[in-house]
Amino acid sequence: MNSRMGAHNTHYHFKPHNVGRWLVWGLFAIALLVAPLIWTSSLSQTMLSQMGIGIIACLAYNMLLGQGGMLSFGHAVYSGLGAFLAIHTLNQVSAGALALPVSLVPLVGGLAGLGFAALFGYVSTKKAGTPFAMITLGIGELIWSMSLMLPEFFGGEGGISGNRVVGKPLLGISFGPQIQVYYLIALYCFVCTAAMFALTRTPLGRMLNAVRDNPERVEFIGYDTQWVRYLAFMLSGFFAGIAGGLGAINTEIVTAEVVGAARSGAYLLFTFLGGATFFFGPIIGAVLMVIAGVLLSELTKAWLLYLGLIFLFMVAYAPGGIASLIMMNLRVVAFGKLGRIWTAYLALGGSALTLLGGAGAMIEMLYHLQLNEALGPQLNFMGTTINAHGVDAWLGSALVLLVGAAMFELARRQFKREWDLTQEEIEKEIKRREALG
Amino acid sequence: MLSSGLTLIFSMMGVLNFAHASFYMLGAYVAYSLAKLLGFWPALLVAPLLVGLVGAAFERLALRRVHKFGHVPELLITFGLSYVLLELVQLIWGRTAVPFAPPAALQGPAFSIVQHPVEGLSLVLGGAPASVCAAALCSNFPLTRLFMMGVALLMLLGLWLLLTRTRIGLVIQAALTHPEMVEALGHNVPRVFMLVFGSGCALAALAGVIGGITFVTEPTMAALIGSIIFVVIVVGGVGSLAGAFVGSILIGLLQTLPLTVDGSLASLFKLGPETFGYPILKLTLAQVAPILPYLLMVLILIFRPKGLLGTRDE
Repeated sequence: MNSRMGAHNTHYHFKPHNVGRWLVWGLFAIALLVAPLIWTSSLSQTMLSQMGIGIIACLAYNMLLGQGGMLSFGHAVYSGLGAFLAIHTLNQVSAGALALPVSLVPLVGGLAGLGFAALFGYVSTKKAGTPFAMITLGIGELIWSMSLMLPEFFGGEGGISGNRVVGKPLLGISFGPQIQVYYLIALYCFVCTAAMFALTRTPLGRMLNAVRDNPERVEFIGYDTQWVRYLAFMLSGFFAGIAGGLGAINTEIVTAEVVGAARSGAYLLFTFLGGATFFFGPIIGAVLMVIAGVLLSELTKAWLLYLGLIFLFMVAYAPGGIASLIMMNLRVVAFGKLGRIWTAYLALGGSALTLLGGAGAMIEMLYHLQLNEALGPQLNFMGTTINAHGVDAWLGSALVLLVGAAMFELARRQFKREWDLTQEEIEKEIKRREALG
Repeated sequence: MLSSGLTLIFSMMGVLNFAHASFYMLGAYVAYSLAKLLGFWPALLVAPLLVGLVGAAFERLALRRVHKFGHVPELLITFGLSYVLLELVQLIWGRTAVPFAPPAALQGPAFSIVQHPVEGLSLVLGGAPASVCAAALCSNFPLTRLFMMGVALLMLLGLWLLLTRTRIGLVIQAALTHPEMVEALGHNVPRVFMLVFGSGCALAALAGVIGGITFVTEPTMAALIGSIIFVVIVVGGVGSLAGAFVGSILIGLLQTLPLTVDGSLASLFKLGPETFGYPILKLTLAQVAPILPYLLMVLILIFRPKGLLGTRDE
């Protein structure tokens, strides 16, 4: 249809308002605005601020991983160096050597991230794929070792602290209370998200996807793949630097940890978990990152183990992350097929819970024996008290685990059959509609 | 030594195993537990086999599943595995170092270099007697290190012979470059991959056992060694056993030699603290030593991406 009209080149250009998109962005803005009014405790405000920062960082990371197909193991370098330069700038402002409003300090971080990305990116983006991953890993380690060598800049063990309340308050905004910092972060978060989304619609963003999918062909039509990667890398560094600068204002202290490999690993892990293939995936990932880091680590000692296992399963079974799971199911709902598979879902969920209950009990008991031996063998697991020394507790949880595993396998096979069937029908339906249209 | 296992996996399968250092750690811990049951020497043999089995099972269950999606998911899944293995090790063996001592036959010094103020340098096999050391400066060279070198050399030699001189080696090499062709000739390529991955993990575990008795067996041992082996591989050349050997020696020298030099650029040019960039210039070479391997790696990647002795340029 389109091609026929394009051939004549006389068609009317008609561009309606994309209501769905306005709605989504409006909801996003409202969510950012309203969130601190719903959750008003200081813990939740801190968490919300961290989520805002995390969203920028993970989206910046996904510009490489999801849009460009570049797996970076050293992205904390750019957010971390951005944070350091931001806190140094903040201290300069406090000392009166520099007249810069605090609200613009994150931009300094962004520019720092951009600069360092321009410097290191030139080396990193020479290659794609595995060599790229290794170079970023090497640069990450390089900066990390340097952070211990240069205490003047990195503050050594104690880090560098600053004070965000400087200058005269403008319109009553002094950035003293956490809520004001939150709104600054929310504003940056919204603008950066919009900018990064807009970027995916530009020719550069499209070329980046093309470089990810088929670099040879891109070379062939005359684009320089290395240059496209380099540009994307610098932009990603810029946004990562903004996230780092916001983090510096938020916590008022920056330690060498922010450039460490663990931070880079967290970006990677949660961006992927959230879903690298969709634009909004990293947002989910960032929210999860803060929730996992703050709440899950309070709940159980074994949270890193659970996280690693979840990650393994996601890579193996759902490479699109949570975002793709959501979109797949939305598609099922949109085609009215959810009624067909919801029983399979229930069976899957129930057996998975049984499996997890058994495994979780055993893991918790092991951790308890390992770490809290002195507190006695009793531990609290999901509201019940179990005895980590008791044979019956071990046998019981092993039994639950085995039964759960067997049931899960059965349910999984059934689910896979029905799921595949549903997907096939949806594909057919789409084809039919296309043929009609 | 560790890197020879990784280079086997990496070069041969094109899989960058992020969890390699974790298998190294796992080897040390498994051997620690086995050594209490069986004694050290059986554990030295059994632990790598067990870890190799674990590695092969991982390849069969997880890695093979994502193999068709390309390199990035492969990297990701081994990255996830390194998290899980680290936590599991901490779960089973605790968060602190375990006392994994070398067996009696490997304890004590292999030889001592005696620096006598009058008689000059001399070499004493075994430990130098205390009476000699009282008058002179003794530096002992531990037996475990000698053992480590011996095993590493044997391993490299064995691998090299296996890969270049035997039928198995031929099949492996062919399976990696032309899988369809080898499949058509009637070999089971997925099984070859599984075996290669398993043996790579076993080699890492063997290195881990020896590393465990020489250094400390603790949960951070994987993180300590994790990134440096990548440097070795890149510097030596991806896919080259000889390159891994040269790379490991070069990196070893680069890490240890600068420690003995206490000069800095500032002292070399007699600069004072008022010069621009003094904090950087005043760093002594010994302080800079930890970043030198990474610097070398970045330089190598810029100027000779296939590494010193590498053949494969991706």
